[in-house]
Amino acid sequence: MSIKGRAFLVGAFEHPARKAADKSVAQLHAEVAQGALADAGLAKSDVDGYFCAGDAPGLGPLSMVDYLGLRVRHMDSTDTGGCSYLLHVAHAAQAIAAGKCSVALVTLAGRPRSEGSSGTQPRSWGTAVPDAPFEAPYGIVTTNSYAMVAMRHMHEFGTTGEQLAWVKVAASRHAQHNPHAMLREVVSVQEVLDSPLIADPLHRLDCCVVSDGGGAVIVARPEVAKSLKRPLVRLIGAGEANKGQNGGKVDLTTSAGAWSGAAAFAEAGVKPADIKYVSIYDSFTITVIVQLEDLGFCAKGEGGRFVADGNLVSGSGKLPFNTDGGGLCNNHPGNRGGMTKVIEAVRQLRGEAHPAVQVKNCDLAVAHGTGGQLGTRHGSATLVLERA
Amino acid sequence: MSARKIPAPAVNAEVKPFFDAAGEGKLLVKRCAACAEFHHYPRTVCPHCFSGRTEWREAKGAGTIYSYSVLRRGVPAPYCIAYVTLEEGVTMLTNIVDCDLDSVRIGQKVREVFKPTDGGPPVPMFTRV
Repeated sequence: MSIKGRAFLVGAFEHPARKAADKSVAQLHAEVAQGALADAGLAKSDVDGYFCAGDAPGLGPLSMVDYLGLRVRHMDSTDTGGCSYLLHVAHAAQAIAAGKCSVALVTLAGRPRSEGSSGTQPRSWGTAVPDAPFEAPYGIVTTNSYAMVAMRHMHEFGTTGEQLAWVKVAASRHAQHNPHAMLREVVSVQEVLDSPLIADPLHRLDCCVVSDGGGAVIVARPEVAKSLKRPLVRLIGAGEANKGQNGGKVDLTTSAGAWSGAAAFAEAGVKPADIKYVSIYDSFTITVIVQLEDLGFCAKGEGGRFVADGNLVSGSGKLPFNTDGGGLCNNHPGNRGGMTKVIEAVRQLRGEAHPAVQVKNCDLAVAHGTGGQLGTRHGSATLVLERA
Repeated sequence: MSARKIPAPAVNAEVKPFFDAAGEGKLLVKRCAACAEFHHYPRTVCPHCFSGRTEWREAKGAGTIYSYSVLRRGVPAPYCIAYVTLEEGVTMLTNIVDCDLDSVRIGQKVREVFKPTDGGPPVPMFTRV
């Protein structure tokens, strides 16, 4: 059974907060749920499916559905890190196609900025995690994990620090138009290279921000979508995949996006060349380059040259990306960037992005992300969305 | 020697032989008798063919740097994370130690060393040959 055309993105909301020291995590989830329902023109009582991931406090979805006052007939708390919400949209479409729910709410929220989170500190998932004894002693953290991907990519393909920097430069050119963005200052390639080296070869400006906040989307069946007053955004393809160390056959330069992307494009029946706008998870500049290659926007190894010279800048580049400023400049709520990737793609397809970055005649978009770490193990999810 | 305090590995029954051997200065890898593939990190059930006929083998302790990064900010002292491909063919996460970290490059030959952890068994790391 294909999900092509079986579900629509009818509501999307991004929390404006970038620091929320005075709010609880559950409260942020409730506020983004309110926002997405209001955007869709739906009521809480219309929601019969709920999706959340590890950022939601409590046992799976149970505390949150109770806190939000929901009574649902479908729940899913699959956690694949930052790409969970892309995957949730796909799972919601599957549930809708199977008749298991009609209106699915997906929420994300977190306060890592208020809680002092940093990409240079280890995160623990418990002592029973099978990889932990073989990784924790060595100090694997978010930054040096992705840095090893960048180092290998440079070694194999000649990718340069300047090319990595172009990803950040493009994001900053978009972020200057976003009043909510954490970093609104336009930066140059040289400024990225001159920023402090965090984990060779990644500089501070190669890394995404740490922010509080959140977001939510509503996925609904076609009959519901067509009864609402919002522009129609239809899901036409989705894919998910995983990749890790493969028992010691490590390959850092290709992500699971090669598989999730191929599946999503095949289901949608479109090609990368057809896509007008991409939301690409930008935890680091290297993340974007690897994923653009894996999704087929350019050949493996060509990503550095592909992103250089402003080619990701809306209005002048050949493939506008992350027109909200992305994780590199706008926000990275809960250290999980997948939700905002969906939200900006919905804005673009509706024609509701900031006028300075709105892609002309944006009728076909991809939202894609990875979660976990590209340097150890990760999930990926790809959505192909069209303006109906 | 890195100034970083090395966290003790959370040893469980399945992987205790690996860390017992590390205490004796030996690096073990798992090899599957059914499919003849080595794997790392070690499991009881082979991640390649799913046979339970996996056996511990002592590695030669020599390898090549597949990738690396020196973490320089937000830590008490810089340290070098790396993936090292052993002669047995498996690539393992580790640290490069006891050398000028600015001289580390992909493709360099390295050999095993064992470093004490904070209240646990020693762990294998690598230094430049």
